[in-house]
Amino acid sequence: MGILQCIKMAFRSIKSNKLRSCLTMLGIIIGVSSVIVLVSMAQGSTTNVTNQINQLGTNLLTVNTFGTDLALTQDKIDQLSKLNGVKAVAPVVSGRVTVKEDRTSSQQSVLATTPDYSSVRNVNVSEGRFITDLDIEYRQKIAVLGSDTAATLFSGNDPVGQNILVNGTSFKVVGVLASKGSSLGSSGDDVVIVPLSTGERLLKQTDINQVYLQGKNENQMDFVQAEVEAKLASMFPNNTDSYTVSNQKDLMDTMSSVTESMTLMLGGIAGISLLVGGIGIMNIMLVSVSERTKEIGIRKAIGAKRRDVLLQFLIESTVLSSMGGIIGIIFGLCLGKILSSAFNMTLSYSSSIMFMAFLFSLAVGVVFGVFPANKASKLNPIQALRYE
Amino acid sequence: MSTPIIQIKNLMKTYKIGGETVHALNNVSLEIKKGEFLAIIGPSGSGKSTLMNMLGCLDRPDSGEYLLEGKNIGKMNDNQLASIRNQKIGFIFQNFNLLTKLTALENVELPLLYAGVSAKIRRETAMESLKKVGLADRAAHLPTQLSGGQQQRVAIARALAANPSILLADEPTGALDSRTSKEIMEIMQELNEIGNTIILITHDLTIAKQARRMVSIQDGQLQENGGELLGHFAMH
Ligand SMILES: Nc1ncnc2c1ncn2[C@@H]1O[C@H](COP(=O)(O)OP(=O)(O)O)[C@@H](O)[C@H]1O
Ligand SMILES: [Mg+2]
Repeated sequence: MGILQCIKMAFRSIKSNKLRSCLTMLGIIIGVSSVIVLVSMAQGSTTNVTNQINQLGTNLLTVNTFGTDLALTQDKIDQLSKLNGVKAVAPVVSGRVTVKEDRTSSQQSVLATTPDYSSVRNVNVSEGRFITDLDIEYRQKIAVLGSDTAATLFSGNDPVGQNILVNGTSFKVVGVLASKGSSLGSSGDDVVIVPLSTGERLLKQTDINQVYLQGKNENQMDFVQAEVEAKLASMFPNNTDSYTVSNQKDLMDTMSSVTESMTLMLGGIAGISLLVGGIGIMNIMLVSVSERTKEIGIRKAIGAKRRDVLLQFLIESTVLSSMGGIIGIIFGLCLGKILSSAFNMTLSYSSSIMFMAFLFSLAVGVVFGVFPANKASKLNPIQALRYE
Repeated sequence: MSTPIIQIKNLMKTYKIGGETVHALNNVSLEIKKGEFLAIIGPSGSGKSTLMNMLGCLDRPDSGEYLLEGKNIGKMNDNQLASIRNQKIGFIFQNFNLLTKLTALENVELPLLYAGVSAKIRRETAMESLKKVGLADRAAHLPTQLSGGQQQRVAIARALAANPSILLADEPTGALDSRTSKEIMEIMQELNEIGNTIILITHDLTIAKQARRMVSIQDGQLQENGGELLGHFAMH
């Protein structure tokens, strides 16, 4: 008997037991659609993170030191900026402050830095201006606000030219940063930037422990990093454990390994539900075989060979699971659309994942169908005919 | 007309239930010629169905020889037996044994399906077969939409579809009232007259008498013409 005939027969039998077939397929549908949704979510966040890291600039190095002994003095910062591959440096002092505007009061992180921060970190003002050298020289009490901070404090009104109270001291807002979106949990839009000299006094901290360096050429970042590390080693002999130099690529690698394992984990969880769906199919097929013992006996008496019966049940379970797979893919795509618009998530669908999920559901049908089908094909026709 | 289509020699089949052995078939020998209409009669538990399973190639004997059209059935594997059943034997059962989810026509097509006949010819042949039992107008009906007699006629059409060498009927009228029984027996007579070899298994003497030859079975042993057993039956 031909395969085509078997498939026709399988569809008939599935149709004649609609409710049961649907419930059986439900397991596969849930499995496949959760694979699609979870993996697209994980891949979506990977793309998101990668984009954000790239946006931060791939030619960025961050130097962090730990402790007062290892503070980066102006002299040392100058030495770093004079290195061959380094284009610009931006020392940073950071802390948290209370910011008040009229009746709105909030905790904000504050960054005290130099004008070069704008180019080094690739941040731009959307309104007003950034910090200038003069601001630093005269310890101007001015501030540049991140876009979210501006929105929180001024709720839509133009902040430029207004005054805010930072830890009780009045600061004049001179600019607002263009939004960069949140990256890795810390928002670049939720910040107050002040001149380095002003900030040191505000935060009562004169030690600089963090410097951003911009490389001249993003293809030579490894070389620049080595240069910086060598310089730091000469500045702080015997203290090589007390500072770190990190580049964006390291960060990207860490992140991608995190998201990769997240993808694997989510995919694995969804895969398990697919497996459970497969067991459901096996269960139903076993019930079906024992329900249709008489039918099998009749078919065998009439001339069905073992192979014919085996194929009939195997194709039935495969058709059931792959139909579930197709419905699951469609359902998963719809669910993904709803989720991404409702929760503003980025989902990235890959056709290879859909294809894999489909193949997997097909394989589930075959693997879990073999046992019941084999059982059916081995039935003794005499006993099967006698069965009521 | 005189070549034996079935030759059985010293067939044995025993079942062991618990410690007890039941000789369901005890040294049975039988020869059936092409075109015969043979009735096998015997009381319940005498071994009729066991013999029918043997003749129908559903089972193999413990010992003895079964030649169907000269071929030794005892030496065949399951797949070969399935082909023999498909091509040489048409089964008619007491309880019809139609597939309830298939239409009458589809039921009749089934043996042709397993014989690998193409869809178009399958349909035509099955329709032809339904015509022979006078049910062409019920081709699209499901078994549940047919009366018992009609269902048995569909089953007969199915048995005829692949043009087998023998029709094997196990109590074909057992589930039918006397009027429909008569109808079915008339069809059987007609089929025999146009050359079909028929083996009819029954416990009912009036049915058995309609066959042209009769053997009886008791405790697994066969006797030509019933002998004294016939007398035993006649008393009922
Ligand atoms: N599968 C089996 N297992 C055990 N005993 C069986 C089996 N089939 C038949 N028998 C026994 O063999 C004898 C003949 O049975 P059967 O051929 O069904 O008789 P009939 O059809 O004439 O009523 C009975 O005693 C029955 O109990
Ligand atoms: Mg019986």
